Amino acid sequence: MLLATLAALALVTFTLSSLSPIDPALQLVGDHASAGTYVQARHELGLDAPWGLRLGRYLAAAAHGDLGVSRSTGRPVREDLERVFPATVELATLALIVGGVCGVGLALLSVRHPHGLIDGVARLISLAGNSIPVFWLGLIALFVFYARLHWIGGTGRFSDAFEYTVDMRSGFVLLDAARATVPGALTDAAAHLVMPVMILASYALGNVTRLTRAALMGEAGKEYVMLARAKGAGPTRVLLRHMVPNVRGFVLTVLALTYANLLEGAVLIETVFARPGIGRYLTTALFGADMPAILGATLLIGACFVLINGLTDLAVRLADPRLA
Amino acid sequence: MRLARSAAAVIGATILILAGAMALAAPWLAPYDPIRQDIDIRLQPPSRAHVLGTDSLGRDLLSRLIYGSRPTLGLVALVAVLMVPIGLGVGILAGYVGGWTERALMGLTNVVMAFPSLVLALAFVGLLGPGLLNAAFALVLTGWPAYARLARAETLVLRRSDYIAAAEMQGITGWRLLWGHVLPSCIPSAQIRLALDLAGVILAAAALGFLGLGIRPPTPEWGMMIAEGSRVVFDQWWVAAFPGAAIFLVSFAFNALADGLRDLGDPRHG
Repeated sequence: MLLATLAALALVTFTLSSLSPIDPALQLVGDHASAGTYVQARHELGLDAPWGLRLGRYLAAAAHGDLGVSRSTGRPVREDLERVFPATVELATLALIVGGVCGVGLALLSVRHPHGLIDGVARLISLAGNSIPVFWLGLIALFVFYARLHWIGGTGRFSDAFEYTVDMRSGFVLLDAARATVPGALTDAAAHLVMPVMILASYALGNVTRLTRAALMGEAGKEYVMLARAKGAGPTRVLLRHMVPNVRGFVLTVLALTYANLLEGAVLIETVFARPGIGRYLTTALFGADMPAILGATLLIGACFVLINGLTDLAVRLADPRLA
Repeated sequence: MRLARSAAAVIGATILILAGAMALAAPWLAPYDPIRQDIDIRLQPPSRAHVLGTDSLGRDLLSRLIYGSRPTLGLVALVAVLMVPIGLGVGILAGYVGGWTERALMGLTNVVMAFPSLVLALAFVGLLGPGLLNAAFALVLTGWPAYARLARAETLVLRRSDYIAAAEMQGITGWRLLWGHVLPSCIPSAQIRLALDLAGVILAAAALGFLGLGIRPPTPEWGMMIAEGSRVVFDQWWVAAFPGAAIFLVSFAFNALADGLRDLGDPRHG
């Protein structure tokens, strides 16, 4: 199933690239090349082969981790992705932790006091969280907290002083800043990271709150809850000890799917905050008509989606004794 | 009307009707030409002459906001019209026919369901060229599986029901049965799902515009207007603020409508 999904995704993206008006051979030789040079370039790039053969070659190479050479950076796409992807994972993971903890917490509070003040606030937050364009929220946050209040760092991952002095060995900004010998690097990195994480977390918060609350409310009317209450358990104990274990698998699924969405949301946030990552790599590639880079980045994010889906199924089975 | 029983649904529907009317009546509502430039009055704050101010080329922001609703809402309508019939068709067919047809169709559905929608939309537009039509195709491609699952689940329940058996005994079979007796019962849950999805489609469309992959300038579009405003956001906040608020409002309306419809369909909420 996982492999089928990945193969289908590769098929779709590859079909797109052959339908595309972008001609890699023409990009290579330029507009003024002779017809002979052009034909030779097409041959060397393998573009004169039949479509099925080209697809086969691409899939075989991709399966070995060879995604071609990027036109705009001149390096293998795989190397580029290895360099930029950790920063995106860092951003999305921190956002998932913040959004997940706040979302589940908010859902628990609103179920503990249904139709109360917190419940109303939670409903409003989950509605708004699903409706706000994240890139716009990022802009507004930059305006208020950076330009006006000076509470946070501006765009980029560091201030200029640190940008070229910190050795980006692992690609994870906080980790590399902590290991750096330059004093103040970690504080600076954190000041630049906090707002993107918060904005991205707000993107997750809405869904996590809404779905967790709905699952818990669905449990509230069941007989085992009534039995626990009749035996004298308080409402908080019933909620935490009896209801939560029953929705554990569902919440796990929600969090995993949210994580996949956050990887996508990071594409936009990285653009707004000008942070290097796969999102910025992809958008730069889009404007440079850099086909191998577009295909590679799409495939990598797709592979993460598929992997996350697969691992979630596994984790839910482990967390839910009824399915084991 | 049943819809009137949920405050959220009423608010959502009202905003959407107003937005739709605004898009249709744009030429009569807009006080200025949305693409006429006047460098002398560039980047003016909101005033009586220009209620929402002007952008960096001196164009009236209110007029651009009104005209900007057209591509966004048009894209939303196009996605809805394509995505729902494909999904419902696949789902009903799979649920009714069963056997290997069902296995093949649902296998395909599950495969497509795991695609990353925004990134795939970016790849579509990046490879096939910018434009809302390509974006719409990408969003339809990743959107239909949800409806297929929904329709299949509904059809599986129906196939064993008495009233379908009764209809079959009266000689109603094939397409007429699916169209007249199975499809109507899939509509209510599809409606809720659609309202929820369209809230996301608006955001995706705006994101593409923001990244410069939507409609060509100078035609106004909300996402692109935010991108134009982002260059001057530290000094002239209003250029980016208003189009973002418009996107938020429409997306919020779809979400509120979905919320209201869900409450109405749920007997526990009365």
